[in-house]
Amino acid sequence: MHEKSVATVESALKEYYFNRFDLIHVPTRPTQREFGYQKFNSGMTRHIAIKTDKELHLLLMKEIPSDVYCSNAYYSFPNLPMSEKDWKGADLIFDIDAKDLTLSCRKDHSIFKCVSCQAVTKQHLPKCVKCGSTRFESTSVTCKNCINESKKEVRKLIDILNHDLGIKNEEIEVYFSGNEGFHIRVTNQDYEQLDSQERADLADYIMFNGVMPETFGIRKQNTSKLDLSIEEGGWRGRIARNLFSSKIKTSQTVKQIMVNGYSAFQLKLDEMRHIMGVRVDPKVTMDIHRIFRLEGSINSKSGLSKIQCNNLDSFDPFLQACLLGDDEVQIICNCPLPITLKNKKYGPYDNETVTLPKFVAVYMICKGLGTAV
Amino acid sequence: MHDDDTLQIQMAKYPFLTETGKYLKDKSLTLEELNNPDWKPVIEKAYHRITATIAGKIYNSNLDQPDIEILSFIIAIILLKKSGIPTFSRRFSLQEARRAENYLKRDLEWKGDGSIVEHVKRKGQSQQLALDILRNEFKLDVVMAEDSFKVRVTDYLKRGAHFHEREWKLVNRKVEQGLVFLSSDETVRLIRKELDELIGSKIQSINIESIPDTFQERVRDIKTLASNTLEIVTFSGEYPPCVKHGIEVLERGENLSHSGRFLLATYLLARGQTVDQIVPLFKNAPDYNERITRYQLEHISGSLGKGTKYQCPSCDKLRSENLCFAIPDCDGIINPIQFGKKRKTNA
Repeated sequence: MHEKSVATVESALKEYYFNRFDLIHVPTRPTQREFGYQKFNSGMTRHIAIKTDKELHLLLMKEIPSDVYCSNAYYSFPNLPMSEKDWKGADLIFDIDAKDLTLSCRKDHSIFKCVSCQAVTKQHLPKCVKCGSTRFESTSVTCKNCINESKKEVRKLIDILNHDLGIKNEEIEVYFSGNEGFHIRVTNQDYEQLDSQERADLADYIMFNGVMPETFGIRKQNTSKLDLSIEEGGWRGRIARNLFSSKIKTSQTVKQIMVNGYSAFQLKLDEMRHIMGVRVDPKVTMDIHRIFRLEGSINSKSGLSKIQCNNLDSFDPFLQACLLGDDEVQIICNCPLPITLKNKKYGPYDNETVTLPKFVAVYMICKGLGTAV
Repeated sequence: MHDDDTLQIQMAKYPFLTETGKYLKDKSLTLEELNNPDWKPVIEKAYHRITATIAGKIYNSNLDQPDIEILSFIIAIILLKKSGIPTFSRRFSLQEARRAENYLKRDLEWKGDGSIVEHVKRKGQSQQLALDILRNEFKLDVVMAEDSFKVRVTDYLKRGAHFHEREWKLVNRKVEQGLVFLSSDETVRLIRKELDELIGSKIQSINIESIPDTFQERVRDIKTLASNTLEIVTFSGEYPPCVKHGIEVLERGENLSHSGRFLLATYLLARGQTVDQIVPLFKNAPDYNERITRYQLEHISGSLGKGTKYQCPSCDKLRSENLCFAIPDCDGIINPIQFGKKRKTNA
């Protein structure tokens, strides 16, 4: 990022961190957590111990980091190197990101920027029309559909956490990630001690990965004993309700499964996995040493805040997580698509100098679509 | 049947429980007294108990003589401790664990005869004891349901997630309200490794300075048996630390995980060793069975089955399975196979 752009964004971040101390707190058990941060055009600084809100605020004002992180893990010595930290446990976390949902809308709000000449296009072309380079960076801008589809995944996840895993709503915290998805943190202590492999199996359960036809009574040698009831809980109940959506269809479905055989049923289960499995990022859930974006901090991919969603249905990230100031800033903007922030449409802009509210200017710069003048 | 009798039978089934110590104390039986020829049959039983497990068999208990059952177990672990043959101790704990597993399964789903009142009482006692063992010894809370047993999801994952068969994946289980539904067999299977470790720890922790002459004789027999049947396997050449670790574990007669065994087999096959050369390496494994070992090695080498020759797992994979013990010489390699070759390049 250009020096002037860094200065513009850092000034907006400093103002935010100064004015919104109320939103940025250390999480529970802060003395056992590892903190980390990144600055623009610089690497990650990790293994930091922060005990209080005051210490955190001091760091934010002093360093003005582009991104701030905190471990989901608890350690005896969070500031020592990883091998000496003495891992005590970790919150169970989930990451749902719109970019992983293979949504058809993605092509409508993706922008490709040539790495050589910075030219932007809405289509993914094999070569840059201006300079012929084949290297592009892609970015995507505000899309309500992406948020709505991500919310659907969050609801599916909460249903499984509640009904299958016995985790109460009070033990589930949902956050907007600050860009295109949601972070979910489970505070149930039973799950804290699970190791990486155990969390990977839990993620597979949530994603409905690795399921065998035998689990539902369908064997290679005998496909006539489908053992399912819509009365059941867990995946068995969900699959039964999907297969037997009406009584008339029940006998037909059973007959069809019997006739089509084992492999066809496996394919059917795979189809259901795509529709019904929750699209969490398993790498995040199984990582027991991850430093995860700190709630209340700004995400430098967008300039939006990672904030808790108390009412998921009505939550609008492009309004509620758009918390930077609105003083006017002049930037050169090259954004071929319109974006919507705080219910107002901005753009498209064709490499032009524009005066925009700070929160829009920072959004454009963070997305690589704007440069400070 | 009196409650005392029931307690004795329970201890005969599960002689590794802490209650056994109290029972022995109550009997005020000393090691010196066991030197008396009258006790010879019990020592013989203990020796038989050991030789059965060395042969890979589950010792058959006779619950009509619970006293002898309990004592023979205690004497067996004293004999093993004094013999100092880790491989035999491992085999003993593994087979004794299987034996206890069978009793736990039966107790959990107790099916007896007699009057309904007696049946209900005995069933209750027997199930309660099994549930108590699972809770107190293994921290596994089991809730009885109509035709199944329920354990907490987290308790299940801590064990089941480390099993290799797909059927143990949580997604292939009935899960509701934070509980996983299991059969009695599956419930007990969950704690197999811990049961084995518990019995192993009893042998480790027993501390007896001197033993009666009647015991000495059998200790000598066990040592002779070891020198006749166990092979000291030595391999030449520089192995990567992960492979060395696997060989050392087997040499100590300890149990090597499935992934560890797979690493050894694929690595040695890739280095040009034959199945015949590799089989003896596994001879000290607590669950060693030559026929099965050979069959599995032939499968891995591709000479059986569909002919797929399995490749040595990558360093990444080994790291995720906690089987990587990297040293500076491992720098720059992504598969253990590259260990020697890379070193030559560096030299």
